[in-house]
Amino acid sequence: MKLLFGKWTAIAKESIDRAAIVAKFLCLLHVTNTYIFSPTLVYGPSMLPTLNLTGDVVLSEYVSHRLGKVGPGDVVLIQSPENPRKMITKRVVAMEGEVVSFLVDPSRSDRSRTVVVPKGHVWIQGDNIYASNDSRNFGPIPYGLIQGKVWCRVWPIDGFGSL
Amino acid sequence: MRSTSFLWNVCKSSFTFGLIGLTVSDRVASVVPVRGLSMSPTFNPPNNTSSGLFTDDHVLVEKRCLTDYKFSHGDVVVFCSPRNYKEKQIKRITGMPGDWISVPSSYDAVRIPEGHCWVEGDNPTDSLDSRSFGPIPLGLIRGRATHVLWPPQRVGKIDKKLPRSGLSF
Repeated sequence: MKLLFGKWTAIAKESIDRAAIVAKFLCLLHVTNTYIFSPTLVYGPSMLPTLNLTGDVVLSEYVSHRLGKVGPGDVVLIQSPENPRKMITKRVVAMEGEVVSFLVDPSRSDRSRTVVVPKGHVWIQGDNIYASNDSRNFGPIPYGLIQGKVWCRVWPIDGFGSL
Repeated sequence: MRSTSFLWNVCKSSFTFGLIGLTVSDRVASVVPVRGLSMSPTFNPPNNTSSGLFTDDHVLVEKRCLTDYKFSHGDVVVFCSPRNYKEKQIKRITGMPGDWISVPSSYDAVRIPEGHCWVEGDNPTDSLDSRSFGPIPLGLIRGRATHVLWPPQRVGKIDKKLPRSGLSF
């Protein structure tokens, strides 16, 4: 009877140790994926020809936007202002205080508008302006919606390299 | 030799503790101090003689709401300021997507777009909120305040009382 009890405590102890290792690993994974870098699958037509339609795996880093080092020309991951659960990938075109001139709907007309980006906001556009729902539709977005900067592509292999 | 292994053990434990603490504060809940009077009398009611770290209210901010962003009227939320991403503000949600809010100063009615919300402080005279910077995207929200943890005489759940002013329907 005593032997059985001893066996159970040994099993319990070992399972707690193993669970602790898994928990620590998951915490490390969370911290790396949120604060350092992580691979991300991006897809959609709005960043053609830079990113493919059917999906690319890119490495995105989460350090620059916290330090304020995101600038025009960077491809960034942002939370969509229309649906906070959706992440979209676009390029930063202008920072706060800058003036942006853009074609409102290039597939239909030549009309262009000029806007000043307000304080604390950025103007984002997809590289494929014919098929991109971006700041031309929903306006400049607050800098706080930027989640990370795209660093380089890792899949498909033949597209490997920084963007 | 023994002191370096002791130091190494201390480093490993503090690193592990830091990782676990950071994950818990990002995913579960964290405690934040509330500065300023924009949410009086809910937080920092006006009988404090001085405001410092020990006299500010501290609230429990839960992060589980960030998985599906299901907020409702009356929730007190912490969000990044749309004017300056480094600042975090705490205000109450008084309008959800689709609501019409009347801004008293301009006889205008603003419709809250999809994915945005209207935030106001409980103390309208001393609050920089959506009446100045407009509706904010829900993506800026960083957590929902559920309980007051300090000072001890006001420990308790935060009510979801609805605002008394502003036409929202």
